[in-house]
Amino acid sequence: MSSLSQKLAAALIGALALTGIAAPVYAQSKPVEIMNVSYDIGRELFIKINEAFIPMWKQKTGQDVTISQSHAGTGAQARSILEGLPADVVTFNQVIDVQVLADRGKLIPADWQKRLPNASSPYYSLPAFLVRKGNPKNVKDWDDLARDDVKSVFPNPKTSGNARYTYLAAYAYGLDKFKGDHGKTQDFVKKFLSNVPVFDTGGRASTTTFVDRNIGDVLITFEAEVNAAKKEYGDKGFEIVIPSQSLLAEFPVSVIDKNVDRKGTRAVAEAYLNFLYTEEAQEIIASFANRVQNPKVLEKHKAEYPSLKLVTVEDVFGGWEKANKEHFADGGILDKVFVKR
Amino acid sequence: MAAPIRSSLNGTAITLIVIGVVLTLLFIAAPVIVIFDQAFAKGFAIYRDNILHKETLHAIWLTLLTALVVLPINTLFGLAAAWTITKFEFPGKRLLLTAIDIPFSISPIVAGVSYLLLYGALGLVGPWLIEHDLRIMFSVPAIFLVTMFVTSPFVARELITLMQAQGREREEVAATLGASGWQMFYRVTLPNIKWALLYGVILCNARVMGEFGAVSVVSGNLRGQTLTLPLQVQLLYHDYNATGAFAAASVLTLLAIVTMVLKSILERRTEHRRRS
Repeated sequence: MSSLSQKLAAALIGALALTGIAAPVYAQSKPVEIMNVSYDIGRELFIKINEAFIPMWKQKTGQDVTISQSHAGTGAQARSILEGLPADVVTFNQVIDVQVLADRGKLIPADWQKRLPNASSPYYSLPAFLVRKGNPKNVKDWDDLARDDVKSVFPNPKTSGNARYTYLAAYAYGLDKFKGDHGKTQDFVKKFLSNVPVFDTGGRASTTTFVDRNIGDVLITFEAEVNAAKKEYGDKGFEIVIPSQSLLAEFPVSVIDKNVDRKGTRAVAEAYLNFLYTEEAQEIIASFANRVQNPKVLEKHKAEYPSLKLVTVEDVFGGWEKANKEHFADGGILDKVFVKR
Repeated sequence: MAAPIRSSLNGTAITLIVIGVVLTLLFIAAPVIVIFDQAFAKGFAIYRDNILHKETLHAIWLTLLTALVVLPINTLFGLAAAWTITKFEFPGKRLLLTAIDIPFSISPIVAGVSYLLLYGALGLVGPWLIEHDLRIMFSVPAIFLVTMFVTSPFVARELITLMQAQGREREEVAATLGASGWQMFYRVTLPNIKWALLYGVILCNARVMGEFGAVSVVSGNLRGQTLTLPLQVQLLYHDYNATGAFAAASVLTLLAIVTMVLKSILERRTEHRRRS
């Protein structure tokens, strides 16, 4: 009985502490806590990153740091941060979902992308394909996905950043194939979208649909997730297909200025993001089949990165803001080609 | 009382019983069996490790804590509301009765979002809270708050029905004999409603522990911090850890089974009382 009431008291104190004041760090030896709010399928990666960062920071400053993790679709995550989720850093897979924190919440400066190398993107990936054992439908490239007999699975471009890359990658491929003819490209993308039996809301849910529920011939998701699913379900013999061309997907990161300044966590939050660019972290990131810039790590993992033509949202669509307005806004091109069934 | 039915056990009755049993097995028993089958799919050691995992233990603890905080408050609320509504006449009584039912008719996700719109940084009270460094949303208090909202009608509804049927003559007698309000409640009302009260608390508890929608909106999904068991199940499932997810689900199921056993014991008790 007494231990129960002790536990209760401890929990109440804990709950109060959560609502209470986060004291600024006076001495570096005081433990500190930062919150990393991240994209859905980044869970395993950031568990490993945290395991490497915590001892590094301890050795450097003598300070104990705990890192809490939150993973969900980045659109929803950005919304939560705007509503007050006290994130110290965001590690997203969508530039526009970070941008909204500057535009709507004024939580970060408008030029946040200039603060870290490679437009604040420590690594990148691209939409790739996962097919069933032996590639029975012989899927090689994007135009195979517009065939009548091929069913593809990827999340809903309305809710998922991951799927927005897939949609834009297919569109960019179409523009290339039809020599810039938007009409023909849209017909192609329309066919491509009509071959999708289920649109889940997030990347991980689509993976589960494909591997667990056995729906579809092709899963389209980030190269990193394609590799993870192949490894996780080794017995099913999935095969990876890298198309001839794809879209570079940035993974932008930022410190949330308003939160770190209030909590006094700027130093450790910035160090955390800078750590992502170090060789040690880049090696971890690469081990999850993300593509990195660090030349040494790149050389080591060369064989795992099949070369292909990579186009960017900047080059093909004139940047995220323009792409967002033309394609994803209500009544945009996506609404035109996204036939409701 | 049920005796006459047994004598007329004809073809129709048998068909209905068979349909009932088959449907129960198919739609209720089978999924529950699957939960335990999957949870133990990799053996007992793995199951134990999954349950004893730091984050899952925290989810179990947070779920129990939520029940410990929410149940007493909702019990008091239910008692007060039922007492007021059934023992007194006052203008606006029907309105109050309707208001108590609101959480029943609102989807939990809407409840969660409306709390967010009220207490979130973009909401009405949120900016003031943040200025004073009070964090409610995306932390444990938010989970308590929305759970309290969603489960508030259970005790009240259970009591109101019974207390309306009982009327207020006994309380009136007690009052004429000079009993104070508290004596009246403790000596007259409470003994009459205690089983219904417990029943309401148990139903409320089942809902508290299982609530997903409203909690998922305000929790912020912080691993090992703001995840209750239902959220932890989803997290583990999406972590590719199906066994872990089912292990956590088995704990939730066991809690539910305990609740249901208590409920049926109570039901038998009240039935017995009514008959005697």
